[in-house]
Amino acid sequence: MNEIRKAGVEPDEWQSLKAYTNARIALGRTGVSVPLREALQFKLAHAHAKDAVYSALDMTDLQNQLAACGLPVYCVRSRAIHRDMYLQRPDLGRLLDERSAEQLQQIDSPAADICIIVADGLSATAITQNAIQVVSGLVEKVQQTGFSLAPIVLVEQGRVAIMDAIGSLLNARLAIILIGERPGLSSFDSMGAYITYAPRPGLTDESRNCISNIREQGLAPVLAVDNIMDLIRSAFRFQLTGVQLKADSNADLLSA
Amino acid sequence: MTYSCTIRGFTYRFDSLRELLAKASPVRSGDALAGLVADSYEERVAAQIALADVPLTVFLNEAVIPYETDEVTRLIVDTHHTAAFTPISHLTVGGLRDWLLSDEADTVTLQQLAPGLTPEMVAAVSKLMRNQDLILVAQKCEVVTRFRNTQGLRGHMAVRLQPNHPTDDAKGIAASMIDGLLYGSGDAMIGINPATDSPAATSRLLFMLDELRERFAIPTQSCVLSHVTTTLQLIEQRVPVDLVFQSIAGTEKANASFGINLSLLQEAYEAGLSLQRGTLGSNLMYFETGQGSALSSNAHLGVDQQTCEVRAYAVARAYQPFLVNSVVGFIGPEYLFDGKQIIRAGLEDHFCAKLMGLPMGMDICYTNHAQADQDDMDTLLTLLGVAGVNFIMGIPGADDIMLNYQSTSFHDALYVRRVLGLRPAPEFEDWLLRQGIMDQQGNRLSSQAQKQLYAALVG
Repeated sequence: MNEIRKAGVEPDEWQSLKAYTNARIALGRTGVSVPLREALQFKLAHAHAKDAVYSALDMTDLQNQLAACGLPVYCVRSRAIHRDMYLQRPDLGRLLDERSAEQLQQIDSPAADICIIVADGLSATAITQNAIQVVSGLVEKVQQTGFSLAPIVLVEQGRVAIMDAIGSLLNARLAIILIGERPGLSSFDSMGAYITYAPRPGLTDESRNCISNIREQGLAPVLAVDNIMDLIRSAFRFQLTGVQLKADSNADLLSA
Repeated sequence: MTYSCTIRGFTYRFDSLRELLAKASPVRSGDALAGLVADSYEERVAAQIALADVPLTVFLNEAVIPYETDEVTRLIVDTHHTAAFTPISHLTVGGLRDWLLSDEADTVTLQQLAPGLTPEMVAAVSKLMRNQDLILVAQKCEVVTRFRNTQGLRGHMAVRLQPNHPTDDAKGIAASMIDGLLYGSGDAMIGINPATDSPAATSRLLFMLDELRERFAIPTQSCVLSHVTTTLQLIEQRVPVDLVFQSIAGTEKANASFGINLSLLQEAYEAGLSLQRGTLGSNLMYFETGQGSALSSNAHLGVDQQTCEVRAYAVARAYQPFLVNSVVGFIGPEYLFDGKQIIRAGLEDHFCAKLMGLPMGMDICYTNHAQADQDDMDTLLTLLGVAGVNFIMGIPGADDIMLNYQSTSFHDALYVRRVLGLRPAPEFEDWLLRQGIMDQQGNRLSSQAQKQLYAALVG
């Protein structure tokens, strides 16, 4: 590390401790300040996260790719018209806009076991990178298990709870939403999956189960499909989702 | 009671003190989300003009949340100190603002006044103050507390070392902790947010912290931020608990959503005292707050988020806390949208808590979906340093890898200490000098002593 010294930067002697954590330790210093290289690394991570928050879904492309699953795919929007409104009014992101609601109603979808929904959430990047793999895996496994599927719905500016309205309009017994999670500095492409039994407007987060951090470096999409399938099977067995379904997991209960 | 203000022939009416306070509040997204904001810039100023004329005695008669249905209101009313209030009892809210800025309101006078102020009075006056007013008055307040060292002395600023790890891995936590100690952080406390709230995991972390603190004779205190019921259980099992943590809010209903009430906090406070672990003093409660928490649990009862926040300080005040921390930007853009709103809220929270006599510090922070960045944090950090904040957070590189948000770093703390000539808590500063970690000027030194500290971990 000696060559760094010529820039006036003093490295820390405890570099070896980096083996124990991903935290930004042993950054070194110039005076009492963070060396530029580290400051720029931080900025880059933040830039990725910000870009993810403001990324948009390419609806046509997603629709085309998902059509390969053999199910009809519909595109809808929430009542949050643009991103800044979405960020400040989570209540609007949970509601379908009027035209979208009418559109789903007109489909007059026959009763189905499961409805799969995909929404941008706080990171469209996460959806672009992970959703296709998870949806196609799910469709395949769900059909093997003998459950029936409602049309797939893509949502722009959507929050988790929008699944309640969609699931109920499509007469689904259970709804799954795949949604971009709030980007962290070390993960801007992380997708979450929420599962709600008997979806209907007015439910709260206590009635859902969640699998988070779905991405290649986190919970790999292939494994996520298996975990979601496990939850689906238990949900149908006990005819519920939410806190009670996971009563054995202390961590999930207390962080709810 | 109705309040009004006429501007250019139009009369704005406000049906209650609650509505008046909300409409007079500087703009923030959380109040808009709750449907409480003024409809126009003019209405906001009209509300501020009307609020300025409200006598302080009105606040003793008109509760924003009914006495009968809310134990926080009962606490506020029942513990109001009439004698302390008397010297300002003739003032209006506007009069209080002018008096606070006057030279007559010096440190001792403000300390004596604190128990005479209700949170609603303090919230009201803050709404009439500019950022510089909030800084100037806060700087006159001095709130000193003690456990194993001394916090809040003028000219000193402490740091909570926050060595979080996504899986609570002991070595991962220790690595961040050593990094922080070698950068002169950790005098406010070494405080871990556990990834899980299980008693076993919390206990393991507490023993680990205690062992490291003992081995290197560090004059500081530790805390694992588990729910107060978990901490109570651990105290019964004689686990080494220094500080007792809990998140609190400003309404009974919001506190219920946190799984707490005032008698539970009292029980936890007394349990903490029973361990007698403080060597210099017995302030041991550590509370965290933040604007928007009441609304997020749908428990704001029509009260604006800043007034709710200050009511939480009335809760904190009842237990002589060691430190209080407003986690200002953690809650997200639906409550505080951008850097401007976060900075304003941070200065309000610090001012209001100090005026009420609390040892206030701040987690100067933001999430990635808020319109803020590290430049905004630098601004708020510098302003709070000037205002005399008791402590800030120290997180490796300002990046919390467990909670996924950005705060302030060990380097940031050294920056603000250097530009403002602030020093660590005196007992901790002595330790840093003895260990050869820092010199008198706050520069980090290289020495054998440091090597022992991290060799202990690696070896």
